[in-house]
Amino acid sequence: MDTATSGLFPRSTIESMPAPPLTHLSEEEKLFQASVEKFTRERLAPHARGMDAAGVFRKDLLDEMFTLGLMGIGIPESYGGQDGSFFQSVLAIEELAKADPSASVIVDVQNTLVNAAIQQWGTDEQKGRWLPRLARDTVGAYALSEAGSGSDAFALTTRAIQDGSDHRLTGRKLWITNAAEAGLFIVFATVNPGEGYKGITAFVIERETSGLAIGKKEDKLGIRASSTCEVILDDCRVAASNVLGEVGKGYKIAIETLNEGRIGIGAQMTGLAQGAFEHALAYAKQRKQFGKTIGEFQGVQFQLAEMATDIEAARLLVYNAARLRDAGLPFLTEAAMAKLFASQIGERTASRAVEVLGGVGFTKDYPVEKLYRDAKIGRIYEGTSNMQRMTIAKRLLERGEFR
Amino acid sequence: MDFGYTDDQRQLRNAIRKFAEAEMKPHVMEWDESQEFPIEVFRALGKLGVLGAVFPEELGGAAYSYAEYAIIVEELARVDPSIALSVAAHISLCANHIFVAGNDEQRKRYIPKLATGEWIGSWALTEPESGSDAGGTHTKAVRDGDVWVLNGSKTFTTNGQIADVCVVMAMTERSASTHGISAFLVEKGTPGFRPGKKENKLGMRCSPTNEMILTDCRVPTSQLCGKQGEGFVDALRILDGGRISIAALSVGIAQGAFDAALHYSKQRKQFGRFISEFQAIQHKLADMATEIDAARLLTQRAAWMKDNGIDVNKESSMAKLFSSEIAVRVCNEAVQIHGGYGFIKDYPVEKFYRDVKLCTIGEGTSEIQKLVIARQLLKSDLPHA
Ligand SMILES: Cc1cc2nc3c(=O)[nH]c(=O)nc-3n(C[C@H](O)[C@H](O)[C@H](O)COP(=O)(O)OP(=O)(O)OC[C@H]3O[C@@H](n4cnc5c(N)ncnc54)[C@H](O)[C@@H]3O)c2cc1C
Ligand SMILES: Cc1cc2nc3c(=O)[nH]c(=O)nc-3n(C[C@H](O)[C@H](O)[C@H](O)COP(=O)(O)OP(=O)(O)OC[C@H]3O[C@@H](n4cnc5c(N)ncnc54)[C@H](O)[C@@H]3O)c2cc1C
Repeated sequence: MDTATSGLFPRSTIESMPAPPLTHLSEEEKLFQASVEKFTRERLAPHARGMDAAGVFRKDLLDEMFTLGLMGIGIPESYGGQDGSFFQSVLAIEELAKADPSASVIVDVQNTLVNAAIQQWGTDEQKGRWLPRLARDTVGAYALSEAGSGSDAFALTTRAIQDGSDHRLTGRKLWITNAAEAGLFIVFATVNPGEGYKGITAFVIERETSGLAIGKKEDKLGIRASSTCEVILDDCRVAASNVLGEVGKGYKIAIETLNEGRIGIGAQMTGLAQGAFEHALAYAKQRKQFGKTIGEFQGVQFQLAEMATDIEAARLLVYNAARLRDAGLPFLTEAAMAKLFASQIGERTASRAVEVLGGVGFTKDYPVEKLYRDAKIGRIYEGTSNMQRMTIAKRLLERGEFR
Repeated sequence: MDFGYTDDQRQLRNAIRKFAEAEMKPHVMEWDESQEFPIEVFRALGKLGVLGAVFPEELGGAAYSYAEYAIIVEELARVDPSIALSVAAHISLCANHIFVAGNDEQRKRYIPKLATGEWIGSWALTEPESGSDAGGTHTKAVRDGDVWVLNGSKTFTTNGQIADVCVVMAMTERSASTHGISAFLVEKGTPGFRPGKKENKLGMRCSPTNEMILTDCRVPTSQLCGKQGEGFVDALRILDGGRISIAALSVGIAQGAFDAALHYSKQRKQFGRFISEFQAIQHKLADMATEIDAARLLTQRAAWMKDNGIDVNKESSMAKLFSSEIAVRVCNEAVQIHGGYGFIKDYPVEKFYRDVKLCTIGEGTSEIQKLVIARQLLKSDLPHA
């Protein structure tokens, strides 16, 4: 029986559906995705291995990402941005990660943390001052973590001491993505250590500000082309006009930006998994052992089937969280689920892809080796898997309901 | 049934651990970065008697059991998996092939040198087109009077460029298929035999992995190791034992990563508490320790069977399959317990995470282990006794 023409469940067109499938993209989204896909394939992929080895992201590619609008996706046109949705940021982050999760996290931090915080919490004056630069040529960084405060982010000890209308900041921020390239830093510091999270304040600091220095660059397992550095504040004087939001309300900024940001990490891991899967699939179709392509063995076929199913599930969680966010609906639990799940899938898929390639998967001649290293960060930054579980469990237990 | 180590075994473990901690640990990252194999460590292991592990004393060996050999590999891997891999390839692939299949003359010529670490050994079965399908050897050997002329190329040969002797599998009679493969002992410097590309790898970076190229390489007929046509059959027998060493290697890596994670969890404070006080971390540690124990038991069981002359084809595959898979998982969780610190090269788990991935691939992928296990299971419908 053909259900398209008869039967109980007649088919309808996308336009007439009350709610389209999650993975259905609008024309605008499709065009945007295609442009990122092209950049990823033509420009990024050929340099991914070289940048990984050098541990440096190429300046020309960074410039191209600005030119393409990838560094200001959600920034309004009036400030020189693309006026895109959060979902579009997610599409870009996912697409870039297929070839290079480092490029992906650069775009992720810029859009979902730095730009988003300034757009949401900045005054008109601040937006006018920073957003056009962020959209045009200035990389941003988001500095919350410290050596002693990672999961327990609000135990941070960087001090901001009021001095007239200015603040003087002293402390050390660790693990700051984009720090090597950044021109602008959102730095979280406390004005009152005794008050716990209530003293936390967000400051936007220019790189040139005296008292701000970039410290040790971490030598990492993966995402090696994305810089991760210590940011050192030594009596760094910041004017009142550089306080983002209210003094003492920085914790809200941190929580809310990270709630959204983790959807981006979910997208990064989904893209990474997709990239690894595509390499495994192509290899399985071409590699012969025992007189057959290895894709003919059930042991390999079922791995591919599971990889594809995992990725589809991860993508649906991520897209749903992003679409909820764009619709102005609550998304906190869904975002945590998306990040928790997609990061597990990123790891598992990359590991399986190495396995499908066998010995050559263990070498740097094929891209899966790098993706296996890159994947491990997904379950760590922007809240470890345990932090996501805590968020989810807390909601379940406090609300006593889900759905 | 006795699940404990004997006093001698405990002493052996402590001696190897002490050596590994003192002589290897401080340099592990340096070797990883430089991708240079520390020959001096190899020689020192020879002096300790480790490299002659499973061979009799009259050949310069230490006459250890496989159970003891597994302890040695595990302890080395706990500190540096690359060294353990090179040692395992040296002992259970190269030297053991000569010991098991070679004639007296060959044993006397090679085993003592290999046992002291004066010489390094390698073993070359894999080719670009034949990995899992190891019987698909293309490298060929053609008889020319009293020499064999070898042509072809081998890939992924552990110790390739540093080895003094290499056991090379080559086709001597194509029509006989896997019964047409023979093993040859090819010494370094033999004209027509040279290392090619050295692989740039994810992990196990100081253990050299080479392409080995044979072009009109002439070796005397006395270098045929084992019976003509029996090279592949011997190789499979060798791999039965080899898998025990890869299982032990996996257990060692997992133990090393676990030890680091346990230690870290008791030091790191978040939310005013040691992270080891959180149930989520405790349960992770409990899972990891349980898996490692189970893997070690499977590995020691296979070793015990081998020591008692029981066929270990299935059990060594089970040990290798399970140990390598749990080792990958344990290393992953060990990084996770370290949080951001696990992602940087300042802590040892970063390297374990890279190294461990070899374990599900080398000496037969996980899928091939399953194939071996299933084949054995299906051979007989008697329940497992
Ligand atoms: C490459 C990289 C880039 C980064 N980029 C940035 C950035 O741009 N800006 C920034 O501010 N930070 C950044 N970070 C920091 C990152 O967000 C932290 O590493 C992360 O939040 C984890 O903190 P931690 O490393 O201190 O781990 P810890 O918090 O010490 O956690 C260690 C382990 O304990 C577990 N744990 C902790 N508390 C609990 C609990 N209550 N219950 C159960 N388990 C618990 C964790 O899940 C983890 O497994 C980056 C980190 C890396 C590695
Ligand atoms: C660091 C390193 C060191 C090594 N050292 C040595 C050495 O010293 N000597 C040596 O001879 N070799 C060595 N090897 C080679 C190693 O043993 C092979 O890489 C391994 O056997 C897999 O072969 P392959 O790489 O050709 O993968 P392939 O055989 O091409 O396998 C690709 C994928 O297909 C799957 N597959 C293949 N056949 C089947 C099937 N029938 N059913 C289901 N799935 C299947 C595999 O599981 C794998 O997932 C080493 C490899 C590495 C990476």
